[in-house]
Amino acid sequence: MLENDGMDTKPLLQVEGLKKYYTAKSGIFSRNIGEIRAVDGVSFSIHKGETLGLVGESGCGKSTLGRQIVGLEQPTGGRILYKGRDLSHMRKPELKAIRTQLQMVFQDSYSSLNPRKHIFEILAEPMLYHGLADRNNIHQKVEYLLDLVGLAKNALGRYPHEFSGGQRQRIGIAKALSLNPSLLVCDEPVSALDVSIQAQILNLLKNLQKELDLTSIFIGHGLGAVNYVSDRIAVMYLGQIVELADSRELFDHPLHPYSKALFDAVPLADPRTRKRLGGGVIEGEAEILPGPGEGCPFYPRCPRRSRECSAAKMELRPASEGSSHLVSCIHAGQEGVD
Amino acid sequence: MTKYIIKRLLIALPTLIGITIIDYAIMCFAGSPLEMMQGARISQAAVAAKEAALGLDKPFYIQYIMWLGQLLQGNMGFSIKSYEAVSSMIGSHLGPTLLLMGVSLIVSLIMSVPAGIYSAIHQYSKGDYAVVTASFFGSSIPGFFLSLLLVYIFNVTLGILPSGGMVTLGTSGGAGDVAAHMVMPVLVLSVSMAGTNIRYIRSAVLEILQQDYLRTARAKGIGRRSVIYKHALRNALVPIVTVIGMQIPVLFGGAVIVEQLFSWPGLGLMTMSAILNRDYPVIMGVCLLSAVVVLLANLVTDIVYAVVNPAIQYD
Amino acid sequence: MSHILEVSDLEVSFSGDGGKNISVDHISFYVDPGEVVCIVGESGCGKSVTSLSIMGLLGRGGSVTSGRVLFEGKNLLAMTEKELDQIRGDRLTMIFQDPLTSLNPVFTIGNQMTESIRAHMGLGKEEAAVRALMLLKKVGLPDAAAVMRRYPHLLSGGMRQRVMIAMALSCSPSLLVADEPTTALDVTIQAQIMELILELKEELGMSVLLITHDMGLVAQMADRVLVMYAGQMIEQAPVLELFDHPAHPYTKALLRSVPGIMDRRDRVLESIEGMVPEQYDMITGCRFADRCPYRRDICGRPQIDRMIRHSHLVRCCRAGEVESDAGK
Repeated sequence: MLENDGMDTKPLLQVEGLKKYYTAKSGIFSRNIGEIRAVDGVSFSIHKGETLGLVGESGCGKSTLGRQIVGLEQPTGGRILYKGRDLSHMRKPELKAIRTQLQMVFQDSYSSLNPRKHIFEILAEPMLYHGLADRNNIHQKVEYLLDLVGLAKNALGRYPHEFSGGQRQRIGIAKALSLNPSLLVCDEPVSALDVSIQAQILNLLKNLQKELDLTSIFIGHGLGAVNYVSDRIAVMYLGQIVELADSRELFDHPLHPYSKALFDAVPLADPRTRKRLGGGVIEGEAEILPGPGEGCPFYPRCPRRSRECSAAKMELRPASEGSSHLVSCIHAGQEGVD
Repeated sequence: MTKYIIKRLLIALPTLIGITIIDYAIMCFAGSPLEMMQGARISQAAVAAKEAALGLDKPFYIQYIMWLGQLLQGNMGFSIKSYEAVSSMIGSHLGPTLLLMGVSLIVSLIMSVPAGIYSAIHQYSKGDYAVVTASFFGSSIPGFFLSLLLVYIFNVTLGILPSGGMVTLGTSGGAGDVAAHMVMPVLVLSVSMAGTNIRYIRSAVLEILQQDYLRTARAKGIGRRSVIYKHALRNALVPIVTVIGMQIPVLFGGAVIVEQLFSWPGLGLMTMSAILNRDYPVIMGVCLLSAVVVLLANLVTDIVYAVVNPAIQYD
Repeated sequence: MSHILEVSDLEVSFSGDGGKNISVDHISFYVDPGEVVCIVGESGCGKSVTSLSIMGLLGRGGSVTSGRVLFEGKNLLAMTEKELDQIRGDRLTMIFQDPLTSLNPVFTIGNQMTESIRAHMGLGKEEAAVRALMLLKKVGLPDAAAVMRRYPHLLSGGMRQRVMIAMALSCSPSLLVADEPTTALDVTIQAQIMELILELKEELGMSVLLITHDMGLVAQMADRVLVMYAGQMIEQAPVLELFDHPAHPYTKALLRSVPGIMDRRDRVLESIEGMVPEQYDMITGCRFADRCPYRRDICGRPQIDRMIRHSHLVRCCRAGEVESDAGK
């Protein structure tokens, strides 16, 4: 699990068997007919200073996972250990202090910033509330934040709607950083932005990670963007992590059939790599069905499935002895490299 | 869908009972009917005796339970004033109210639906401004003012329409006679309803005209008529049904003033006198009927929504 | 061989509260039979407006103020609504970005499909239904008969987009205009849809005008690429040529700012500083100048299209230097 290379090996964040189930109701009296397993037994750990990418398509649960980590949703099962302490068994006052260390940057900057407050208020309020600043140094601190994200000082008196999407995203990042978090969860922070602005924000995030020694989780569906900022990447499908590896290793040698199909489907910006997309295109669509979950969630669509797959116990295993490349497919590593 | 209907009906019962309890309580606080009957020549003893006879000396919740008990046996009680059975009173006055309501609703729809749709399709045109202005007048003119104005014009000055009542005094009526008596009250009611409806339908249709599926329909080259009259209008049914659903309870109670002014022998008139006389049983009877009508109208509207728009589903 | 579509000098403006805004500024391009042409650009560049004005679907306030759109030799802009209706949905069809809102929620799929078949092909109800069924099968919908009876909200995003494609191809299309058809879909579904479009293009011998902001999609789908910026078409070239030798500074910068999954760990993403200017129709010279690392005084004057090499058009006076830097 963890490699001892002489440095501090205790992970900053550990997630164990995390679950989030929603109940599906039906009938006159809203009987529960089953559960929708949005997050279904997810485990991983992150070390200080690293960036973990979470990728997957709609319904995979990556956003729900991110929200559980920062406390916006309560897990149905499993544990979240921050600096070794279990967040789910903490009392409120303790939790409040820890919450400031786990912050989130949202996808839709327009709806996550209060339209009735100007930027100074938006940035100052959290710091004042948590006692990280007082009336004397608040201006200084807010200006420092603006500087950090590359915004001009005249932004302070203006309102969110006066800014462009990219600028609002910078404000959102500044707000998240204002409480000096140790862990930053970015939930699709660039998906709603134009290509050229995406690059600006991605570079900003990358620089901030280095400057502030941030640990972050980057959730995205744009694989190229996630690759750019992440050290390791986890691929999720229907609530489970199916593969977890270093970014370059993952894209060079994907082992899970879903990962392979996913990466094959991404159109590369190089006309010379044009192939008949039909090669890797998988049929069908992902569906979350309520009901007992057994076996591999990708089973219905997998081109390599076998009978064992529908009943196998799902867990992430190293692809080979001692490897840090984890995969949940029971067939991984058995066939030759594709 | 059936489950949904059953669920709604089941919820309706406690709602009804709740409504009647509140109605009864309000009435009791408003005062005793005996206050209306008192005069200088009536002794306290007589009043007390009357009170006991009517059961008014008991606490209000006992009175309510007695009323409820009687109701469940099908007996709505007797008017304190006229000693007539409440159910037959309601029965005889219901007809005229339904007639007035029904015709006003239809007339107002005939006025407002085409106008609202036309207005939305030709937004910012002269026709649109004319319709919108007219609708403002319609909803702003007070009912009593319009009534008196119409009476003045058509009865006093021109003498072509009767000023009140349902049938000409002394005659047995006939469809034409009733129709002539109905013209003005219907006009008053439907003009004010149309005023509000037009604006609502207009804005609903405007919103529909912005929808992407209309753009797709145009891209298919099926022709402008089809795009508007098939694709847009079918979606406009939902707001129109809403409007109808909203109007029914309003009509039920709101005809009171118009019925007074035109002496139309409907529920409104009857209810007014009952209220002035503190005639409990009659008031409760009308309240109950009113509550049932509103609940039913809401339920039927919701069902019709699901029929008209398949994207609306109830589990 | 003549062009299927030939747009000359198209200008589209919108009258808003602040007077008229010119949203598409005198663009010219063409599409040949059997080819896939991509219009690529970021939001607000005018690419969607271009496609809508070709189809005659501009909304309130928008109008074509000059130019010519020749489709199969006939000027669409000079036609009446009725004449246009004969071509739209038949030879010239369009699919849109959001398949949920693009389908009417109160009619079944079958109803919406047979509508255009009957309008253009004069078939009766039964025959039209048979044809619709065939088309739904062709676009890969399992259980096509059941889909015919369903309402749009019961289908998934991918299925709805397939229905849109089936509808667009239901008559005899020679040009399909696709406005960001997969932006709202997952990447694996996008791959399915794009694959489908290419297959159908081959089978029906039609052309495709694909509007997108995704350079990856452009690389995989396009025969030729048209790059738009701030209402102008600033570069046009065959796809290999464009990716190998981008001549306009914007195109070059755009290609360098797209992260990819095959990037090495040490790749540096180059971002374009600044933003698209707000009132860009007021600018007389090059609209990209204030963000351009190659700018000179000469860029303040109106720019013209220059042909560099065969069929590579660029609107930049510094194009030669940009190219020679391209290797870096």
